[in-house]
Amino acid sequence: WDETHFGKMGSYYINRTFFFDVHPPLGKMLIGLAGYLSGYDGTFPFQKPGDRYEQHNYMGMRGFCAFLGSCLVPLAYLTVLELSKSLPAALLTAFILIFDTGCITLSQYILLDPILMFFLMGAVLSMVKCNSCADRPFSASWWFWMSLTGVNLAGAMGVKFVGLFVVLLVGLNTMYDLWDLLGNLSLSLVMFGKHLLARVLCLILLPLALYTAMFAVHFTVLNKSGPGDGFFSSAFQSQLIGNNLHNISVPEHVAYGSVVTMKNLRMAGGYLHSHWHLYPEGIGARQQQVTAYLHKDLNNLWIIKKHDSDTADPSDPSIPVEFVRHGDIIRLEHKETSRNLHSHQHEAPLTRKHFQVTAYGINGTGDSNDFWRIEVVGRKSGKLIRVLRSQVRLTHVATGCVLGSSGKILPKWGWEQLEVTCTPYLKETPNSLWNFEDHINSKLPNISLDVLKPSFAEILLESHMVMIQVGNTALKPKDNEVTSKPWHWPINYQGLRFSGVNETDYRVYLLGNPVIWWLNLVTIGLYLLLTVSTAVALKRGVQLTSELKELSRVVLRGGGQIMLGWLLHYLPFFMMGRVLYFHHYFPAMLFSSMLTGITWDTLLKFCAAFLSPSTTARKVYGAGFLALVLLIIYSFYLFHPLSYGIIGPMASDPSSPMAGLRWMDSWEF
Amino acid sequence: MLGFLKEPVVVTVEINMNVMVLTLMGLISRLWGLSYPRAVVFDEVYYGQFVSLYMKRIFFVDDSGPPFGHMLLALGGYLGGFDGNFLWNRIGAEYSMNVPVWSLRLLPALAGALCVPLAYQILVELQFSHCAALGAALLILLENSLITQSRFMLLESILIFFILLAVLSYLKFYNLQKHSSFSGSWWFWLLLTGVACSCAVGVKYMGLFTYILLLAIAGLHFWHVIGDQNLSNVSLMCHFLARGLALIIIPVAMYVSFFYVHLTLLYRSGPHDQIMTSAFQASLEGGLARITQGQPLEVAYGSQITLRNVLGKPMQCWLHSHTNTYPIRYENGRGSSHQQQVTCYPFKDVNNWWIVKDPGMQQLVVSNPPRPVRHGHIVQLVHGITTRYLNTHDVAAPLSPHSQEVSCYIDYNISMPAQNLWRVEIVNRESDTDVWKTILSEVRFVHVNTSAVLKASGFTGASLPEWGYRQLEVVGEKLSKGYHQSMVWNVEEHRYGKSLEQKEREVELHSPTQMDISKNLSFMAKFTELQWKILTLKNEDTEHKYSSSALDWVTMDTNIAYWLHPTSSAQIHLLGNVVTWASANAAALLYMCLSLWYLIRRRRKIYDIPEDAWQLWVSAGGICVGGWAVNYLPFFGMEKTLFLYHYLPALTFQILLIPIVLQHISDHLCRSVLLKSMFTALIVAWFSSVYFVYCTFSPVTYGEPSLSVTELKDLRWKDTWNILIRKQ
Repeated sequence: WDETHFGKMGSYYINRTFFFDVHPPLGKMLIGLAGYLSGYDGTFPFQKPGDRYEQHNYMGMRGFCAFLGSCLVPLAYLTVLELSKSLPAALLTAFILIFDTGCITLSQYILLDPILMFFLMGAVLSMVKCNSCADRPFSASWWFWMSLTGVNLAGAMGVKFVGLFVVLLVGLNTMYDLWDLLGNLSLSLVMFGKHLLARVLCLILLPLALYTAMFAVHFTVLNKSGPGDGFFSSAFQSQLIGNNLHNISVPEHVAYGSVVTMKNLRMAGGYLHSHWHLYPEGIGARQQQVTAYLHKDLNNLWIIKKHDSDTADPSDPSIPVEFVRHGDIIRLEHKETSRNLHSHQHEAPLTRKHFQVTAYGINGTGDSNDFWRIEVVGRKSGKLIRVLRSQVRLTHVATGCVLGSSGKILPKWGWEQLEVTCTPYLKETPNSLWNFEDHINSKLPNISLDVLKPSFAEILLESHMVMIQVGNTALKPKDNEVTSKPWHWPINYQGLRFSGVNETDYRVYLLGNPVIWWLNLVTIGLYLLLTVSTAVALKRGVQLTSELKELSRVVLRGGGQIMLGWLLHYLPFFMMGRVLYFHHYFPAMLFSSMLTGITWDTLLKFCAAFLSPSTTARKVYGAGFLALVLLIIYSFYLFHPLSYGIIGPMASDPSSPMAGLRWMDSWEF
Repeated sequence: MLGFLKEPVVVTVEINMNVMVLTLMGLISRLWGLSYPRAVVFDEVYYGQFVSLYMKRIFFVDDSGPPFGHMLLALGGYLGGFDGNFLWNRIGAEYSMNVPVWSLRLLPALAGALCVPLAYQILVELQFSHCAALGAALLILLENSLITQSRFMLLESILIFFILLAVLSYLKFYNLQKHSSFSGSWWFWLLLTGVACSCAVGVKYMGLFTYILLLAIAGLHFWHVIGDQNLSNVSLMCHFLARGLALIIIPVAMYVSFFYVHLTLLYRSGPHDQIMTSAFQASLEGGLARITQGQPLEVAYGSQITLRNVLGKPMQCWLHSHTNTYPIRYENGRGSSHQQQVTCYPFKDVNNWWIVKDPGMQQLVVSNPPRPVRHGHIVQLVHGITTRYLNTHDVAAPLSPHSQEVSCYIDYNISMPAQNLWRVEIVNRESDTDVWKTILSEVRFVHVNTSAVLKASGFTGASLPEWGYRQLEVVGEKLSKGYHQSMVWNVEEHRYGKSLEQKEREVELHSPTQMDISKNLSFMAKFTELQWKILTLKNEDTEHKYSSSALDWVTMDTNIAYWLHPTSSAQIHLLGNVVTWASANAAALLYMCLSLWYLIRRRRKIYDIPEDAWQLWVSAGGICVGGWAVNYLPFFGMEKTLFLYHYLPALTFQILLIPIVLQHISDHLCRSVLLKSMFTALIVAWFSSVYFVYCTFSPVTYGEPSLSVTELKDLRWKDTWNILIRKQ
């Protein structure tokens, strides 16, 4: 399943070819490293799910993920132990995570999620540890845990942007902490300043430095041209070995008759592109589409011509070369379709305030709306135009608008490429600036150019812009795709097929252990009830014994932190427009499991306290705890085939051994 | 007893002249020349059509919001005797004589005018001085954008009115809470809070934000009540229940009642019928009800039926077949079965008729007594005109190659046997023996051999090419993942077949259905369906010429041209008072900075201002800054088309903050008398600039007088404003 993505990217690292992904690089780098250390040579193609690995050495990568996945159990155990100071609560949490089929399945394969969850839990654990060190600030262990939190935050952020939520959690916790310190009048302001500085250092600067370092490694390792080139600016591409811009030699000045590609200067801007398809009916004039396209393609090629005369065959040596100059009026002919870049006063498809840009005319003959004035930023008229280095603006002669890319994604009819418009507002933005990237003109001598090398900060910024831009495009749900809805997740409504569809296949199905998940769900409700009742009781001034006071502190403070974590890792998904999958819930599920441990432990203790001092108290507590653990283990026994694979008839078939376990119609194992 | 006889009856009337004068000024500013431009202004074109539909009692669905606002506008039309006969098709179209423009615009204008005294009262209830209150009211009065928005048939001013009313009544209630709980006026203001909230939500869903804010504030205040240990548990419970009743139950009930009135008023079928389910349509007078009236309820073997896809997207369509066959090879080279096409057809047609046949029997008529089809029964579906059987097999469908092709079976004798048995599964059944009912039952057809489900896949947007007459594709979905409406069908037209011969049957199929049974949908069922449709229906997301992004609003980088005189250059724009907007922003910023400063200082036990002043400061800010934030920030997450007028509720709260901050500065930060008087002078100067800007922009607020080109150019204070200048 998704192993095809992340395994492949691991291979890219080993082969050092540049690629592009919407997630930050740490997770894939670690996978690559694990593969490298275990002797995987990066040659397996990862073509499609279900392909056999044959002789390739993939166990290292899987083992690495599985190892991190199994680390979750001790991490969660320690966290709960620290929060509740209660061994049973911690054990319960550990049992839940050990016996949850979903967690097992997810950590068995080459995926980013186990890595993400490892760092996430690491961050939570060290945050909690750090909180409990609060009574001896600036001690060695305090520094250790604090900086470990920072390291883990960087790790979580570096694997997937979902790590942002845990950063938020830690941030809120730190703010609460600082607020507390501020109210402590025994602390001088200088001391407070020290506290503040320490946190800034460990929780902001350290993670940022690590995160940047990660990208530095990423760009250093990947120095060969690969499939991700087209997403980046010309300057960036020139850094990659094997890219056609690396140590490039092209004719330096653009001339009439040259064949060129034009790249938009906005981050992740794309090449000026056209294809045979027309704008659909009702969207401006029904002429040929012009878009911005992120990939390299023959349809990105344009020929520069004079506006008034057709330059004769450029290969004809008898005609002298004439260079294009700043301020010239030119025509751009699309090489494949021989139509001219054209604009007119129709609304652009998405940005209604701009004009539509089309390709018009037959075999290069169009009308006066095909004329564009070419201008170089910051130059006087008459200057020549250089490839790659000149920032060029194309002004439509008839309407005075400027050719630009809005960065919006066209719907299906435009193949989800980016919109190109002609903007009547003359603002100086990279959106409306272009540079020439490829340049073919047989009559001109090729000159070796070294393009301005981008600084690391520029590369970093650019790669993030591209991630955001592409993330928005690629992850929009397709119309007919049935996506998973966030409300499906906590109720374990529908799983995810990892491998195998048919009856004879070896099937793995990602589905949480329903008993555990429903227990978690009920617990969230219970926890809320518990919190409200304790809070009201405290507010009403009910006298509690010291034991109960300690319990309610655990509920309110410890449980509150975990609950906040759950909310932060779950609620944002409701607002996301991207494609969502079931496995996105797993970070939240970790929090939910910890909450279950804490809540049931305190609940049973409360029950016991009300029954005390009779001996039944201990019995009730013990029996309740035992019942929960047994329930979890038994349910695991029932559902374990899900994660370790099933062969045989589908469960919808009544004769299957799993048929009795198909408790919800939406499960498809 | 009879005490009143011993003492004279005295009626003491207190009139707050401030409020009276403010109301009067509000009325003048909003009502003056109300029916000028006698033409359709901006979104009137949108709301007007709903008013017309109300007048004609024709059912409609508006996805932009709940019906209460439309109903209020329609009330204006009703009072003015509007007959609904006007074609709302173009902004700027001249109103005909039968349109009572004045009364249509009256309600929004009244609501807008009343916002002025409401603002005054709110500040008084927040315990600020009358001077500050007067300032707030005047700022609202002189806010050009609020004036423009109130003077036309638009909903924002009504929304703002209800929002302010809700805030005011909550404040009144809260101030009464301290000394006279459960008194008459305590109840009155508490209930009014709930009512105003539900009205606000009923006008536009934006009202929800303020409602939530008030709930949160009420929750916070109640939390303090809980901490009050002089109260017994019982009276605490009473407090809790009273709030629950007034702030949750009553608003919900009122909200539902809006829909009740809406559905009672609109009983005729109309343009939006096809969005609704057949059952809903059948409850409307005319339209489908006329056709389905008197159909037999239970589908039996031999029934002649039309099957409508429940999804209804992109358009409603019926299961259809015709004599043409699938092309042997598609354009992309894939092969087909070359059997008769089955499609989903968006129009009523005789080819939409199908006959339910018992696989075990040959006859195509209903036996006497009819044998009803139940959940789980296996049937064959026979196409009425061609008498071919609905069939699916393991051949890729034309547009969705992952699904099976559905065809009407033609026996080419090429070892491709007929697979035409379908199991009827009633989705909304109550028991497993339910009978398949006309209109009411939603049915899935599961293919017996392959367990594929009959599905209209047209919602993906693609229609069949020329050979399929651009009709929508029907497929057998192999992966019957859960429930999707495209796989569910219901019987719309239905009759018991009587004719034995094919010729007779064709005549019968062409004839309209008759017989008698009426169907009624309960109100709650209608309500849930309509509510669901309003929430899920999405108009195509388009960028409008005057649409803007939420970020543009704070600085007012955008405007909306509402109307342009057909000949002169008189025009109306939604443009705010620049000084007010800027000072409102400054006030909000200042408030937040000062609060943070005080908060940190208080944490270190340094008290700059007295405790009661701090409480005032916090509660005023909670309402004003909170109101601004909840009405503004959510727009950043919204994907719909946004306009400047969406900012007006937030702006109103922000304006209320200005005098609060000003008074705070003069009371607590201006320590010396000299400073204070200088500050006062500054305020006077600032206020005159507000008035000056109001006067400057009033020509584009009221639409008269018409300005010359240079004057218009002078008004273009920001480059991004789009003021219309006629080319000479």
